[in-house]
Amino acid sequence: MNQMTEQSYVTEDGRTIGGTLMEMRNISLRFGGVKAITDISFDIREGEIRAIIGPNGAGKSSMLNVISGFYVPQEGEVWFRGEKRPPMRPFEVARQGIARTFQNIALFEGMTVLDNVMTGRLNHMTTGLFSQAIWKGKAEAEELQNREVAEKTIDFLEIQHIRKTPVSRLPYGLKKRVELARALAAQPSLLLLDEPMAGMNVEEKEDMSRFILDVNDEFGTTIALIEHDMGVVMDLSDRVVVMDYGKKIGDGSPDEVRNNQAVIDAYLGVAHD
Amino acid sequence: MIYREAGDFKTSYQADSQTFPIKFDRYGYYLVLFAAFLVVPFVIDDYWVNSVFLPFLIYAIAAIGLNILVGYCGQVSLGTGGFMAVGAYACYKLMTAFPDVNIFFLVIVSGAITAVVGALFGLPSLRIKGFYLAVATLAAQFFLVWLFNRVPWFYNYSASGQISAPERTVFGVPVTGAETSAWAPYMFCLVFVFLSAIVARNLTRGSVGRKWMAIRDMDIAAEIIGVDPLKAKLSAFAVSSFFVGIAGALFFGVYLGAIEVGEAFGIDKSFLVLFMVIIGGLGSIFGSFAGAAFLVLLPVLLKNTLVGGLGWPTDLAAHLELVIVGALIIVFLVAEPHGIAQLWRVTKQKLRLWPFPH
Repeated sequence: MNQMTEQSYVTEDGRTIGGTLMEMRNISLRFGGVKAITDISFDIREGEIRAIIGPNGAGKSSMLNVISGFYVPQEGEVWFRGEKRPPMRPFEVARQGIARTFQNIALFEGMTVLDNVMTGRLNHMTTGLFSQAIWKGKAEAEELQNREVAEKTIDFLEIQHIRKTPVSRLPYGLKKRVELARALAAQPSLLLLDEPMAGMNVEEKEDMSRFILDVNDEFGTTIALIEHDMGVVMDLSDRVVVMDYGKKIGDGSPDEVRNNQAVIDAYLGVAHD
Repeated sequence: MIYREAGDFKTSYQADSQTFPIKFDRYGYYLVLFAAFLVVPFVIDDYWVNSVFLPFLIYAIAAIGLNILVGYCGQVSLGTGGFMAVGAYACYKLMTAFPDVNIFFLVIVSGAITAVVGALFGLPSLRIKGFYLAVATLAAQFFLVWLFNRVPWFYNYSASGQISAPERTVFGVPVTGAETSAWAPYMFCLVFVFLSAIVARNLTRGSVGRKWMAIRDMDIAAEIIGVDPLKAKLSAFAVSSFFVGIAGALFFGVYLGAIEVGEAFGIDKSFLVLFMVIIGGLGSIFGSFAGAAFLVLLPVLLKNTLVGGLGWPTDLAAHLELVIVGALIIVFLVAEPHGIAQLWRVTKQKLRLWPFPH
């Protein structure tokens, strides 16, 4: 397995992978007596697509929740941009530039697509209550400026036509895309995707894969994703972490992982004596 | 046929996000403003002011306030009556303590004081939601009314326990007290309604409003995109209470003139304003007006037709009113949870396509 080489390198398709952006060190998470994650360490490097895979109940989502601050691990450290992160609430994590999507869509159903995407800009909007109340001037300028970014994201993900539609009226596949738009609008340095392709048909999966690659390619956004579709994962990601029963059983490039005996056992099952 | 956006192209995001994007609506809005500011004041008499316009305007402010909390931020409150009482008593104390300060500013300061009290009673919302929060705000309602009843400092140790507004003027024209002409209090309240509606609209269209709505729709997702739930909820309570406080100050100072707290700001007031918000439309400024108009006009209408027109006894009409309002709330909750505002939206949608709906 590759030692923590800090040099950047260039991938086959010409993207530059930088140094370590985030590092998980010996994370352990327990819920009462249930061990969700046991002593897991891995790193996410700048500009790469990092996949976390594993069978159901392996602790993948828990891992993502640790990164985004929903769970505080009992043991271990989270390092972000070379600094140890103190325990944080999720909104503080978001303000550090980490955005995410959810396994079951977590959009704001009562708002339009545009408003949903605009909520992704909230961290960049700083005018206070009084300027907002007056609106003319600072608040309006800020709103228009951020609208520009939101519209670019909408454009990028090809959802212009549903801009003013309430989210509750959209089909599942589009909702997933709007959720990605909301996360992207924040212009995060690390984007966490929790099963971005769950429940999609082949065509929608292809669209989503294309968007993920485009995001990574165009904005250089670092992406960590959880996915069940092996074909997709192996195609998209630069490096893969494999988890099973809360433990790390493999880490490396898709090819390395594919030939790892422990991984094959976890997925195909193994005869117990 | 005239009500449509065809040909009305928006070339900037600013034009796209204006309050009335359709020209016809915009002109309608200007017309209403013109009528309210330049026609009505010259034609109204005491009856119209006291039974229709003042209660409508004042309840509209209260409904806007409550709508921000319930409709936009999703935090149920049954403490509106109590917060209106805070506004009223703050206004009374300020009026008697600073007789030289213009009443306009005193009303705003009363709103600010209520905002602080509201934020204080909003603290439980950080831990509890839904029904439990409603009960917690109910405690605010009873506690505040009890406080104003029992602590003589609040009513300046008057023997009756009532508070009554001394005469105060704006530009030399009395707006509070007994010697007011019909139009002056109307104009005074109208200015507050106008400003409140604009401020509420501004707050709900921008980043603050989106934070509130994010909390309303899904608080976990709101937190993950960087909304601090503490700040969002407390600011909603504060802003909401600010408007409710202004409504309370006007209700006492301009409309009733003299009040007894349990009678004027009891639990039924909280429910009345909540019904206005529900019937009018949760999460809509227009809905706050529609709801206030509906619940203010309905009793007047019923009274005039049943008692005046048909000659029924007054008490029968009064009870019938309760039955009708109750039934309407059930009808609205079942048939149109988004209230009159939604009916209005659907009508507009239909109008845009009329006469060729396909």
